[in-house]
Amino acid sequence: MFEIIEKIELAEDTNLIELSAPDIAENALPGQFVIIVAEEKGERIPLTITDRNTEKGTITVVYKILGRSTADLGRMEKGTSLFNVAGPLGKPSEIRRFGTVAVVGGGIGIALIYPVAKALSRCGNRVITVIGAQNEKLLILRDRIASVSAELLIATDDGSAGRKGFVTELLEDRIKKEKIDMVFAVGPVVMMKAAAAVTKKYGIKTIVSLNPIMVDGTGMCGACRVEVGGKTKFACVDGPDFDAHEVNFELLAQRQKIYRKQEKKACGDCQCR
Amino acid sequence: MPVKKEKIEMPKQPAAERIKNFGEVALGYSEESARAEAERCLFCKNKPCVAGCPVSIDIPSFIKLIKEKKILEAYQKIKEENYLPAICGRVCPQESQCEIVCTMGKIGEPVAIGRLERFAADYAYLRKNSVLSASPSGKKSKKKVAIIGGGPAGLTAAGVLAGAGFAVTVFEALHLPGGVLAYGIPEFRLPKKIVAKEVENLAAMGVEFKYGYVIGRTRTLAQLFEGGFSAVFIGIGAGLPKFQNIPGENLNGVYSANEFLTRVNLMKAYKFPEYLTPVKEIKNAAVVGGGNVAMDASRCALRLGAENVYNIYRRTRKEMPAREEEIENAEEEGVKFNFLVNPVELTGDESGSVSKMKCVKMKLGAPDESGRRRPVEIPGEFVFFEVDTVIMAIGTSANPLLPSTVPELKLNKWGYIEVDPETGETSMENVYAGGDIVTGSATVISAMKAGKTAAYSIIKKLK
Repeated sequence: MFEIIEKIELAEDTNLIELSAPDIAENALPGQFVIIVAEEKGERIPLTITDRNTEKGTITVVYKILGRSTADLGRMEKGTSLFNVAGPLGKPSEIRRFGTVAVVGGGIGIALIYPVAKALSRCGNRVITVIGAQNEKLLILRDRIASVSAELLIATDDGSAGRKGFVTELLEDRIKKEKIDMVFAVGPVVMMKAAAAVTKKYGIKTIVSLNPIMVDGTGMCGACRVEVGGKTKFACVDGPDFDAHEVNFELLAQRQKIYRKQEKKACGDCQCR
Repeated sequence: MPVKKEKIEMPKQPAAERIKNFGEVALGYSEESARAEAERCLFCKNKPCVAGCPVSIDIPSFIKLIKEKKILEAYQKIKEENYLPAICGRVCPQESQCEIVCTMGKIGEPVAIGRLERFAADYAYLRKNSVLSASPSGKKSKKKVAIIGGGPAGLTAAGVLAGAGFAVTVFEALHLPGGVLAYGIPEFRLPKKIVAKEVENLAAMGVEFKYGYVIGRTRTLAQLFEGGFSAVFIGIGAGLPKFQNIPGENLNGVYSANEFLTRVNLMKAYKFPEYLTPVKEIKNAAVVGGGNVAMDASRCALRLGAENVYNIYRRTRKEMPAREEEIENAEEEGVKFNFLVNPVELTGDESGSVSKMKCVKMKLGAPDESGRRRPVEIPGEFVFFEVDTVIMAIGTSANPLLPSTVPELKLNKWGYIEVDPETGETSMENVYAGGDIVTGSATVISAMKAGKTAAYSIIKKLK
């Protein structure tokens, strides 16, 4: 169980792994996540399900090496098995015919919007995908994303691919040119916050997928508390998708930093950030 | 020789020592002490202790066997009714169950039944003689039973059903078994190797365990029946942690007791960074609540190096629902109790971490439905605590994750599953439930009793 049957380095410190998990694959829907425990003494790490293959009984997840736990995961090669994988968790994204939908992904978020873009396209939406990263090399899964999008718009911080600038600028330009019925945005908190600010101005309903720190992922601990519409929600069971215009992004960013000090300690002398 | 009026003492780690480690606090009887304690039993005819035990262990018989040095037999005698004796001997509230009614209690202290139960189980474990006998008839049923949740209710039901020859699979949402025994109760009260041992026993009986398996998500209840299971037992625990709903509760450093204890116990944050799950450094912690969970959280905080741990309770010591033994342990270890205070606001520093807790003073009013005097605010009177960690141990509510995926399952107004108390059967045929998801937060032993009741009903139904 939970054997890594494929591992692909998508960019520096960013890997895709395909895991044998037939039971999870069967019921997984876009927007849901798994919690993986790489090794017995490891943390429980929430990762969005990027893809699934019910025939092969596999799920695909993409992770970026950001600290000790993801660095340990990064050292696990094809053929090894993870200690445990739980899922699919969280509520699936709402997938139906909205019309024209802009799907926005930043950095590692590109991997997370892929299943949503794919499902929305299949459902008959015109999907305009906007992806962005620091540079061209970090624009992961570009071909896969293109294959499920009516149009693919690209922004990079350094201008090495697409437009130099931010995805939110591309999004706003497009909103000015064409009627967008719905926006899905997944990425770093600052990006989601900026995207929410843009779409609010134009009154376009926007969904973001939140990524707070989690432990159990089934509603039991409340580590993943987020504030939406002034109310406390548990991202693991009430989300992870929420109405972007109601989310308290400052609180989310603040709560992501709780263990900064311990994260550094766990890394010891290594350079895994 | 006259009967000794006091219990034989059980050695404990001294408080000053034990707050520096997560090793077990109570060290258990020696064989000699156990026999001496067994001598205190009057073997009275009416056996009030048996009626006081939720699972009706034949207490005088096992005590007699200890007295006769037949300790493995004593262990087997307990196992006839109780599948997790090493656990119950440690965490059962004996003082309000079997021991409170003990005849010896009329002339002195009651017999230390819990300590004797623990002794017999530990003795058997050391001698590896703890595997339950398999199906007595030797007959194996082809019928499959699914147990949802690997906590005390589920493990007990699994043991009874496997013993009766059913093919049992336990679906556990976490990556390790035990439920509250693993994530909730700390190592120093219940060593995790004991939980592991019980699970090993069940596996040796043929019980299959699936981890990271969330029924309602990985599989639905309907899919279990489609997959060939003839009956299902739901023992998923109480679930969602309650918060106080006061300003500042989402500041960094504010935990639910479930989160704090899960990090420390299940994920072993006290061994960070050998184990990779962290917990915040603690200097001054406030733990809100007066139950066993609050005591566990307070004592974990001390062991993680906290200088001050303030227990915050809105009633007085007399109304605390925690076991007396646990309150005493906490006092010995230096937890600072603050009664008749209730948090109303948390404020933080510039980094968004909690730094101060404001509490309103309370007084006791007229008794409420629970019979305890209701705490009433004294308007305008406040006390403040400088804290960097706040742990809310004020209870849980029903986790809707599974029930919300099964609309046919009848729930009560609080979201707990309705069952026939005689059989454990829910509103759905062949679906049984028990433990905290039926009663709300209760004890390990009451969950075990519910698991046992449901298992016997399932055996009857499927035969």
